[in-house]
Amino acid sequence: MSTATASAPAAAASSRVDRRLVNRLGLFLGLGGITMLFAAFTSAYIVRSGGEDWTPLELPGAVWVSTILIVLSSGTLEMARRRFTGGALGAFRSWCAVTAALGVGFLLSQLNAWEALNEAGVYLQSHPKSSFFFVLTGVHGAHMIGGVIALLVLFAAAALGRLRPERSDAPALTAIYWHFTGGLWIYLLAVLSLLG
Amino acid sequence: MDHHHEQSFVSKYIFSFDHKMIGKQYFTLAMTMGFIGGILAVLIRLQLGFPSRPWPFLENLFPTGMASGIMTPEFYVSLFTMHGTIMVFFLLSLLPVSGFGNFLIPLQIGARDMAFPFLNMLSFWTVVPGAIIVIISFFVEGGAAASGWTAYPPLSGIRSAIPGSGAGQTLWLVGMMFFVASFTMGGLNFVVTILNLRTKGLRLMRMPLTTWAQFVVGILGLLSFPALAAGALLLMFDRSLGTSFFLPAGIFIGDTLMPHEGGSPLLWQHLFWFLGHPEVYIIMLPAMGFTSDILATFCRRPIFGYRSMVYAIMAIGTLSFLVWGHHMFVSGMSPFLGSLFVVTTLAIAIPSAVKAFNWLFTIVKARIQFTSASLFALGVVSLFVTGGLTGIFLGTNAVDIQLHDTYFVVGHFHFIMAGAGLFGAFAAVYYWYPKMFGRMLSERLGKIHFWITFVAYYAVFFPMHYLGHSGMMRRIYDPNVYEYLAPLQPVNLFITIAAFVLFIGQLFFLWNYFVSMRRGAPAEANPWKSAGFEWSTPPKPGHGNWEGEIPEAHRWPYEYAAPGRKRDYTPQWEA
Repeated sequence: MSTATASAPAAAASSRVDRRLVNRLGLFLGLGGITMLFAAFTSAYIVRSGGEDWTPLELPGAVWVSTILIVLSSGTLEMARRRFTGGALGAFRSWCAVTAALGVGFLLSQLNAWEALNEAGVYLQSHPKSSFFFVLTGVHGAHMIGGVIALLVLFAAAALGRLRPERSDAPALTAIYWHFTGGLWIYLLAVLSLLG
Repeated sequence: MDHHHEQSFVSKYIFSFDHKMIGKQYFTLAMTMGFIGGILAVLIRLQLGFPSRPWPFLENLFPTGMASGIMTPEFYVSLFTMHGTIMVFFLLSLLPVSGFGNFLIPLQIGARDMAFPFLNMLSFWTVVPGAIIVIISFFVEGGAAASGWTAYPPLSGIRSAIPGSGAGQTLWLVGMMFFVASFTMGGLNFVVTILNLRTKGLRLMRMPLTTWAQFVVGILGLLSFPALAAGALLLMFDRSLGTSFFLPAGIFIGDTLMPHEGGSPLLWQHLFWFLGHPEVYIIMLPAMGFTSDILATFCRRPIFGYRSMVYAIMAIGTLSFLVWGHHMFVSGMSPFLGSLFVVTTLAIAIPSAVKAFNWLFTIVKARIQFTSASLFALGVVSLFVTGGLTGIFLGTNAVDIQLHDTYFVVGHFHFIMAGAGLFGAFAAVYYWYPKMFGRMLSERLGKIHFWITFVAYYAVFFPMHYLGHSGMMRRIYDPNVYEYLAPLQPVNLFITIAAFVLFIGQLFFLWNYFVSMRRGAPAEANPWKSAGFEWSTPPKPGHGNWEGEIPEAHRWPYEYAAPGRKRDYTPQWEA
């Protein structure tokens, strides 16, 4: 089993490690955990939607505004990421800011949806579907807030000259996370409008 | 990055990034929590051995729970709830997984640290508040949570249900959220580290079985704990915000009709056990890994069937996601679904038997060196077989309907999960202590500890099968309220005495552990003459683990008694 290669001194393991690969794998595993969280919510939703007290809920129009904003934001973040790899840090900063603004817009639009429901007399505890609507949008919104914070950190780091395109993978990682939360929203919207 | 710089007290002992120090921090936390959990167990046995007898001195410690020295039923229910919670999560998950996982993985795969040291530190300091919150819950109005470690609604879902359903249950849920956050961060770190940071030549199929187990445990934790987080969040909404995810209509508390309607208590059970059963293997798999490594070293033999051991770990990990329904045979679940869960459950017996037989083939005709570590590892094999066989009874729905919620179940899981997990952790401490503190534990005290623990463990938990078979309920406060249980009282008294002995036996361990840190004989770099990679480090490795270059791995970690060699072992790192 042993293959002696005594001539070549063993390379220090730390230098053999590809940090980009490490960070990406870490992120993907984290996204796996988040996926399981929403899978659990979905299974609860499906079970609960079979109950006799399940009441259909017309989704407020604001969720479609949210959807447009979040799709746009994925596009602008992709612009930011490409400018970053191209070394255009100024343009990167601008696109980051636009994306963060769209993210905040998404969150405000979601709040708007909550208010629209409340005005129609539908609250968290009104019936099971409304409960799920508030829980799912709330937990998803919490993950969006995380993404917005990451964007602001990126923006500040770029402004302070701490980000170097040849070394930092942070914009690409943030983009993966952002696209994931965007996709997650489309998925939740599909669940909320198609199932039950 | 410079790994050998001088550090302040705070960065060395408190907010450390060093995986070994973080591992030791987990040890300290887990042992403290385990000690508390042990005291709760003694109190539970006090009530069952001497039902409703006054113990005036205990009134000073628990003024409400033991008013005038007699344990109240509410306090008893809190005791077993918190005993289960603390032992399952804060001892048996934290010590073997978070403790030994952090300590051993980089050493066994030739890495300077975990992949994400900051995340690692964060993970520890996330679980600490969780532990504190869980302990504090004993001192809030109404006392600690009292709906069992499984927190079934409606008992856990309505704040006015029983005293423990109030603030205590809220803190329980908050504490668990912290635990889940910490544990998923840890699992992520394990998987990334093992996949990416192995030293040259350390292929996956050259990893020790301990690291293989931690790898699968990392995946299990990452995929199963979010289900508990989802359930706990929905339960919090039911408790505080008036939703009805888990709470059905028509619940009366006293004369008050609760406003909930349509919720499904069964839904909670599905979500809980989707975590709960993988959790059992999160506890068991590391113990199996430790046992394999330790038996190979002390039998001076390669572990029998290495590949089949790896595949068995994977099979157990996969199947653990498909068996949760066997906890719910009597819950009103569709009997057809129940039968499916019987099949998947009994299928777990196959990889489990592969492991047990491989251990036996490793042991058979070997000249075993009986150290404290190898004795505890043999203890794991013994407890695993005993508990595994009773698992076949409970995994079959026709039999389980009779035995469900009796002491048979309590006996079963204290062997397979609690017992094998605990013995595995002890074996690991005796084995790796020299690497942790650079000193040896006292073998004499270790053997005393083993024999008291082993005999007392069987004395406590084996008779429970008999109690359960005779119909004694799992959560009963005073068995004497039923005439047919009264004749069992001598058995309960016997178990209580044995439980006291078991508890006192652990004091030998604690004494040995803490005194040997300062007074133990200095350890060599490889005191057990093991072939495993972790022993290539200095006796007390610093931050960064190896002083020069990290050695290469040239073979698997079980190269013992190879023909044609002068020594009876060839370490992994020697060319």
